[in-house]
Amino acid sequence: MPRIPLLELAHARSGDKGDTANIGLIAYDPMDYPLILEQVTADRVKHHFGSLVRGAVERFELDNLYAVNFLLHGALDGGGTVSLMTDAQGKVFSTALLRMEIEVPEEVATRVAGRGRQPARRKESAS
Amino acid sequence: MSIARGVRSTRSARTVRIASGQGFWGDDLDAPVRQVRGGRIDYLMLDYLAEVTMSIMRKQQLRDPAAGYARDFVPLMERIIGDCVERDIRVVTNAGGVNPSECARAVAEAGRRAGAGGRARIGVVTGDDIVDRLDDLIAAGHPLEHMESGEPLESVRHLVRSANVYLGARPIVEALRRGARIVVTGRSTDTALTYAPMAWEFGWSWDAYDLLASGVVAGHINECGAQASGGNCSADWWEIPDLARVGFPIIEAGPDGSFVVTKHPGSGGVVTLRTVKEQLLYEMGDPESYITPDVTADFTTIRLARQGPDRIRVHGIRGGPPTPFLKVSVACSAGYKAVGTLVYAWPDAAAKARAAARILRERLDRLGLAFDRVLVELVGWDATHGHLAGEPPPDLPEVQLRVGVRGQDRAAVERFTREIAPLVLTGPPSVTGFAGGRPRVQEMVAYWPALIERTVVEPHLAVDVFEV
Repeated sequence: MPRIPLLELAHARSGDKGDTANIGLIAYDPMDYPLILEQVTADRVKHHFGSLVRGAVERFELDNLYAVNFLLHGALDGGGTVSLMTDAQGKVFSTALLRMEIEVPEEVATRVAGRGRQPARRKESAS
Repeated sequence: MSIARGVRSTRSARTVRIASGQGFWGDDLDAPVRQVRGGRIDYLMLDYLAEVTMSIMRKQQLRDPAAGYARDFVPLMERIIGDCVERDIRVVTNAGGVNPSECARAVAEAGRRAGAGGRARIGVVTGDDIVDRLDDLIAAGHPLEHMESGEPLESVRHLVRSANVYLGARPIVEALRRGARIVVTGRSTDTALTYAPMAWEFGWSWDAYDLLASGVVAGHINECGAQASGGNCSADWWEIPDLARVGFPIIEAGPDGSFVVTKHPGSGGVVTLRTVKEQLLYEMGDPESYITPDVTADFTTIRLARQGPDRIRVHGIRGGPPTPFLKVSVACSAGYKAVGTLVYAWPDAAAKARAAARILRERLDRLGLAFDRVLVELVGWDATHGHLAGEPPPDLPEVQLRVGVRGQDRAAVERFTREIAPLVLTGPPSVTGFAGGRPRVQEMVAYWPALIERTVVEPHLAVDVFEV
């Protein structure tokens, strides 16, 4: 089965609570939500982030929004004003998660190919 | 102070429009003006407080007893108080920070300058600030243990800079009941600024948990301003129109708790299922148990439906009783930090930056400087996604070396700030970007979340209402 980045299946927003980052991961299309539930487990996410997350990863499901919420504990170098990180508030953990690759059926890969990125601008006809 | 149990409004509006005008202290200064003048609204909510804001305000208050609140709020009210009186708009804000009384006094003065003397009342909520009661509370058996580590506050008592309890909607409702057009609070929860007007207007009782939970969800959507109406939206961001004039969200609430998220016609941005979902999940913990002082909301019960362009209907929300505790936000002094940067250019930009970092660390070691932490980041390569970015290519056009240190010894951090610039003449080549001067040493403030029994806080709450 083809592997695709989550970027093509879902959008995301992240933020902070102290030293914990949260990431809300939302399926673009409700029909892809079961794939996310099955493959984007707390264990897989913990493994994806590796040394970027010192503590545990928790997952909460929001079937009503076709979304999952992750808590990444110990991800922000102490958080708040203590953290030395550029991303002390965990604002871009969202797209870091969207880098993660999952296996999907061929037809899904074809349907979502190129999602999540700004389409290339058409070249001007002159020149 | 006793706060009315059942609330009842003299107004019997079927729809109440509560506009978000500010998502944090430092947000778009003109957004509240656009909300007031761009169409009909009944309430304007302005959220100025984040976890670290209270300690910054406390520091300002210790230097000047008349300071310690969001100063931007005063000139803003001078601009819009006339509109608010004419259009019958009420303003609810936590701009009061650690000094709501002084904030309200300054707003009253500004209101008189703007010609609103005798035409508007201001309500002030106090009692959230427990920094002067800490010793008594600890002695009386309230350890204020850190919610994650379990450590009692006693162990860092001498480092405490501020301590404020998150308050809910009841004191705001009391101020509205007493005719306040402008309600100024200290550390109210962000969501209460939106659901207090709903509870007041519709006369919700304090055990109508489903209704209150709906209000909390509305508040969560409003509390970060344009983050619900197209700002910072990762879904097809390039298609979101006219963010330069982004319309902040407006909640059109009904008495049954259901509401529509929208924005003023003709404003920029968008309100879609995607923008609303992203905001619903922002800073979320356990979605089944979103705890506030008035209700515990279940975000897994939220139902969303598109009702038309820039209109998302939200309904079906369930809630349960709140806990016997209130959350306390304590800020503690936690040492010093500084961050220095230099920019390295092609070729081998990343390799040069890493070599410079190694040289810097060796010099810090030779000087005998010890830090709790040293962090090296390459902005332009790994500062946001770390090792997930892989190894940098040798043809990377440029990279910013960013080195941060923190520790308890101010002199050591100070000395670090003098070791950055020398790298320009004594380290790897093709380096620039040092014109900003030496990095600044900053005092760090650690956030200490704790719980306290509400029975020792609520008797101290006070609502004062006076004429501008």
